[in-house]
Amino acid sequence: MYAYIIRRVLYAIPILLGVNVLTFALFFWVNSPDDMARMHLGMKRVDQAAIVKWKQDRGYDKPMLFNPKASGIEQLTDTVFYNKTITLFAFDFGNSDDDRNINRDIQKRMWPSLAIAIPTFIIGLLFNITFAMLLAFFRATYVDIWGVISCVILMSVSGMFYIIGGQYLVSKLLHLVPISGYDHGIDAIKFLILPVTIGVISGIGAGTRWYRTIFLEEISKDYVRTARAKGLSEFRVLFRHVLKNAMIPILTGVVVVIPSLFMGSLITESFFGIPGLGSYTIDAIRQQDFSIVRAMVFLGSAMYILGLVLTDISYTLVDPRIRLE
Amino acid sequence: MTQKIQRHWLVWPTVLAGVMAILWLVVIAMYQVDPVYLISDKLVTLLVIFVIYLIAYIRTKEHLRAPWREVFHRKLAMIALIFISVYLVIALIDSIHFRLPLQKNTVTEQAQYETRVLSLFDVLVMPLRKRVEHSYSAPFASYGLAKETLELAAGREVRDYPRLRYGGTHLSDPNSQTLTDVARSLAKAGLITLVIWIVLVAASIYLLAWQQGQGWNEKRQQIWREQTIVPWRVVFATWGVVLFIITSLIILSADYHVFGTDKVGQDVLYLSLKSIRTGVLIGTLATLVMLPFAVLLGMMAGYFRGIIDDIIQYIYTTLSSIPGVLLIAAAILSIQLYIAAHKDTYTLVEKHSDLRLVFLCIILGITSWTGLCRLLRGETLKIREIDYIQAATALGVSHFRILSRHVLPNVMHIVLIAVVLDFSALVLAEAVLSYVGIGVDQSTNSWGNMINTARLELAREPAVWWPLLSAFVLMFILVLAANLFSDAVRDAFDPKLRRLSGRV
Repeated sequence: MYAYIIRRVLYAIPILLGVNVLTFALFFWVNSPDDMARMHLGMKRVDQAAIVKWKQDRGYDKPMLFNPKASGIEQLTDTVFYNKTITLFAFDFGNSDDDRNINRDIQKRMWPSLAIAIPTFIIGLLFNITFAMLLAFFRATYVDIWGVISCVILMSVSGMFYIIGGQYLVSKLLHLVPISGYDHGIDAIKFLILPVTIGVISGIGAGTRWYRTIFLEEISKDYVRTARAKGLSEFRVLFRHVLKNAMIPILTGVVVVIPSLFMGSLITESFFGIPGLGSYTIDAIRQQDFSIVRAMVFLGSAMYILGLVLTDISYTLVDPRIRLE
Repeated sequence: MTQKIQRHWLVWPTVLAGVMAILWLVVIAMYQVDPVYLISDKLVTLLVIFVIYLIAYIRTKEHLRAPWREVFHRKLAMIALIFISVYLVIALIDSIHFRLPLQKNTVTEQAQYETRVLSLFDVLVMPLRKRVEHSYSAPFASYGLAKETLELAAGREVRDYPRLRYGGTHLSDPNSQTLTDVARSLAKAGLITLVIWIVLVAASIYLLAWQQGQGWNEKRQQIWREQTIVPWRVVFATWGVVLFIITSLIILSADYHVFGTDKVGQDVLYLSLKSIRTGVLIGTLATLVMLPFAVLLGMMAGYFRGIIDDIIQYIYTTLSSIPGVLLIAAAILSIQLYIAAHKDTYTLVEKHSDLRLVFLCIILGITSWTGLCRLLRGETLKIREIDYIQAATALGVSHFRILSRHVLPNVMHIVLIAVVLDFSALVLAEAVLSYVGIGVDQSTNSWGNMINTARLELAREPAVWWPLLSAFVLMFILVLAANLFSDAVRDAFDPKLRRLSGRV
């Protein structure tokens, strides 16, 4: 198993390299550093000296891929691509375009993100699985049909309407919790209740329907018929037999997102003014700060690959028949 | 006995496309308009032609018709389809762009055109577009939302809510009369609807009866008892509802702003109707863009295996590991700079916002491409082991022919399901992306942009809620219809899932 994991982690290197080449191409070939400098310093009234200085400060003045002036291995290392890419692999993201240390920002901002993402994730998962179980229990009755229809209706509402509607109703009309903001420590709870609730509600439609399909697929298998033939109650069949066996397909979709949780949600965080990584990313996009966006792309990809590896490991924990080789 | 003449399936779609093209040329010649073909318009035309030919082809093949018959047999799916069609028609009409002629310049004798590019839809709803107020006004309001300094006849000034220029001008005392007037308009709309509906339904029943060689009465009873494959009773009822909505909107918006007006006094109904094109285009074009890649690469990976499989897998793992929003952000930032650097090429505002729309479709296509590719690879891996492929290989059939004749038709249902399922997700994604600032251009009408501005308007006092509501309603109907329809398509085309939705 360890050999398998090591191989998977090694396989991540070419993928991350590919991700970097892609973002590099998007950022640096389509737009020259001169364009970026002009963008940051303001489109008009920029003199060449300011652009040169901006580029020099951020190390964009070197050649892109290949440095003919340098000698030996430096021909490849003394370039923008090398400098901006290899440091990423050490998770050293350098400074943003307005000279803030990205690593420190990320360390500081991941906690608010986690404070929202983890409760939303866990509560949402429990809710969805419970609802899906209920629908599977009442399958092919009116409860099931109307349950599925409500799921489709819930799914059809854009996530932003849940947030805007929730903020308007709960905060502006009822004055139960503050509209937006964040506080550290125990005071954060009053800021977290609404985003977490809305996060859970907006995920119910798609989640419940997805788990219901998984459960129904399990229910049609032979061991369920055997369990019923033994005289087990339907409730027991569902919760003791079907739920356990449905873990594999459930894990496939669930474990992969766990590492990405701390990246936060773009929309939720920006609507609720939470200083997490999601709003960090949005701000970076809006300010066109390529260094931050690149760092977040790298981090996101790394977390996704980590999620895939974790998914494989979790299979072996849930199902002893599966061996990783 | 007269024998029915069998025409080749290519005939009628070609005739249809030809007639449409000739009609368009006639319109250009008659009204002296200057046609403007935006990139997205061309893509839409391509898509429409493709779909027409596809329908013609499917009609000839019984095994392709069978699952569709099942889709059309479902009431919910048919209701959803009717609503989707209304959206599609509006999007199509809104995709025919031109510039209206100005007065002819007598000196140069050269045709002069307005600078503003209009669509056929704009021309059809010209009153909605032209009737611009000063600023915000609530739905069905006759007064503006904010007090203004008004000059009275005697020269005195007073601060009060101003009367609107167009909304409710025919009422002498709006506060007491609006409700009855709206009710009267609705009654009128109901009456008109009834007349049109009866004619339409009678004609349809007559057509159906004639097509199947039955009597009018016989057909009518059949439909009433729901003994037809297509649930016509439900279809006719839905027609009634849709007709009523459309006629009442037409009648009401002659006197009022049904969904109010926005900050610069534009009719919100008009804005949200214009947004339909953006939503529909993103939902369809993004899939159109990704489809060839996904199908070709997915099938190749599964069929050839080995090194080709490794390379393709590497490509889609890399692409799918990048968080979608960030990839889109990166790409849109790049195109923004590109457009800014090439300002001279894109003099028309429409052209540059259209370029961004098309580019957004491409990027969305690239990000959503990987899922389908993976599915197709898996399915092809299974199919290539089946006997008929082995037999074809043994007979020396070429790889290309095996892929196109034997593999492709057997994975088509997966492609179709993916396309239909993706549609609603893409429409929703547009709104989110526009909010982040990486969606369509600010000047493009879209639900995302409407929500984005509506967010701040909601915080005003008194709250301006109607743009949000309007965007919500129109978007919700489209996405819900698309979701319901895609469910039916999936059930009909995927036998494995059909088993699950029925009784176990």
